Amino acid sequence: MGRFLLKRLVQSAIAILGTVTLIFFIQRLAGDPTLLMLPEGATREDIEILRHQLGFDRPLIVQYLEYIAQLAHFDLGQSLVQRVPVADIIAARLPYTLCLAAGALLVAVGVGLPAGILMAVRRGSALERALMALVLVGQSMPTFWSGILLIMLFAVTLGIMPSSGVDGVRSVVLPAIALGALTMATYARVARTAVLEELERDYVSTARAKGLSFRRVVTRHILRNAATPIITISALEIANLLAGAVIVETVFAWPGLGQLAVQSIAARDFPIVQAIVLLSAFVSIALNLVADLLYSVVDPRIRLEGRA
Amino acid sequence: MTTADVTPAADPGALARMARELRPIAPFLVIFLCFALLALLASAIAPYNPNTQNLLARLKPPGTAVRGIFYLLGTDEVGRDLLSRLIFGARVSLSVAMLSVCVSTLIGTLLGTIAGFYRGATEIIIMRFTDIVLSIPAILLAIITIAVLGPGLQNVVLVLGFTRWPRYARVAYGQTLAAMGLTFMRASAFNGASAPRLILRHVLPNIAGAIIVVATLEFGLMVLFEAGLSFLGLGVQPPTPSWGSMLSVGRNYMGTAWWIATFPGICLFLLVLSINVIGDRLRDRLDPRSGR
Repeated sequence: MGRFLLKRLVQSAIAILGTVTLIFFIQRLAGDPTLLMLPEGATREDIEILRHQLGFDRPLIVQYLEYIAQLAHFDLGQSLVQRVPVADIIAARLPYTLCLAAGALLVAVGVGLPAGILMAVRRGSALERALMALVLVGQSMPTFWSGILLIMLFAVTLGIMPSSGVDGVRSVVLPAIALGALTMATYARVARTAVLEELERDYVSTARAKGLSFRRVVTRHILRNAATPIITISALEIANLLAGAVIVETVFAWPGLGQLAVQSIAARDFPIVQAIVLLSAFVSIALNLVADLLYSVVDPRIRLEGRA
Repeated sequence: MTTADVTPAADPGALARMARELRPIAPFLVIFLCFALLALLASAIAPYNPNTQNLLARLKPPGTAVRGIFYLLGTDEVGRDLLSRLIFGARVSLSVAMLSVCVSTLIGTLLGTIAGFYRGATEIIIMRFTDIVLSIPAILLAIITIAVLGPGLQNVVLVLGFTRWPRYARVAYGQTLAAMGLTFMRASAFNGASAPRLILRHVLPNIAGAIIVVATLEFGLMVLFEAGLSFLGLGVQPPTPSWGSMLSVGRNYMGTAWWIATFPGICLFLLVLSINVIGDRLRDRLDPRSGR
């Protein structure tokens, strides 16, 4: 276990360094990043002054090393518009996005897993077809369109839900449904495939022959064995939820990181955009690490493979 | 599964078999082909110029005629014909998706095949890089890149193409590793076939099925990504009609002029739905792993 953990930790560290490097060079794609940070119509002198202030007139390699050094100290820089540390701004917004993502995950797992399991167990039934239709709709509906429809139905027409903004616990319901729909579809699909695969195994016939009820075979044996693929996609899906929040938060005027990212692009506040992208990449790398460790616990074969 | 099931042969039995195969997804094939036709023949089909504004005909509901001009699906906030904008929107949506899928397929397949073929240091570098790009959520990577490069149709294609290749690379890599183990590959290499020849003649035909499946599923995602970026104002720029930006404008008028957001919303949903259903079917047929 120790070597497996060490190997995965080193891989994650490399992934983080690579991500930071990639983001750094993306910012240099257009040449001078000073131009991104000034309002349109800035004079040549303004540009020169800011370029010198921010150190963009130095060699690229010096800038890169300093950037790495700053990040190593968890220094995300200052907002160009608000003139306060980026970390403070992000810390104020983060709870809202976490709350939204948690709600969406609840919707996705709460609906997706049972739907997927039912689809596998009741293969070929009308119920399977109905659930498959739900999955396809969840997968094909753009979040901004389902968001608008949810607002029109529950907030405007029925008047039972707040239409946007944050106003108590109820206001997270609609955005969580809109955000969770796609993830719900993924969970349902993966759970269906995983359970179908397990249903064909010999141990299922053995357990049935022993006289175990079908329900018991599913809950006691199949679900435990089908857990690995479900854990694996959870890491990816939580990261996807954070990214999806960009659009959902814009539709519902939800004051989280996604809305902040869009606002910051419009305001040309580049350090904030960069910090949000880095943060979500780190979260995604960390989640993948956790998922790997988790299923090495669930499935010992993976751990042994890492040692070999 | 044999290849004969996939490729249509000339005998009537095969045709009948193909018809039977396609039957359950026929409605979705028709929807997709309709959108494809609209996109191809937009200038011939669209009743009016999608960008002509008519301030006398602002926010007219579907089926209104203003001074002899009939607006079947109504008009938007500056009096442009919604139907014409939807038709040209199909062109934008499908061409962005098609081009970006081509870009990412090309990059991903090339890198994945090379990594699987040469192994060693090449393999480690390419696959680690793939992991890195994969770890940054695509929409955020696209957003930060567009924030740097600026929005616009061309940049959206490039950005989507250059951010979505890792999935192809993973699949191409895995499939190449598998193909390399096949006896005829070893025999070919033993007979002195050059690397490009081996890749082109033997590896690519073997991995094409898996790549096509990924591409189909990615195609639907690309349509959604383009619409999402345009919805945020980072994609295709006005006045070029994009379903995403039409929705973005339309949501401010949902109470008074529901049609502006509703029609692009329905089009987007139907297009993505049809692509997903077709993709699922293809995966069931071409990917032996999910056939169970």
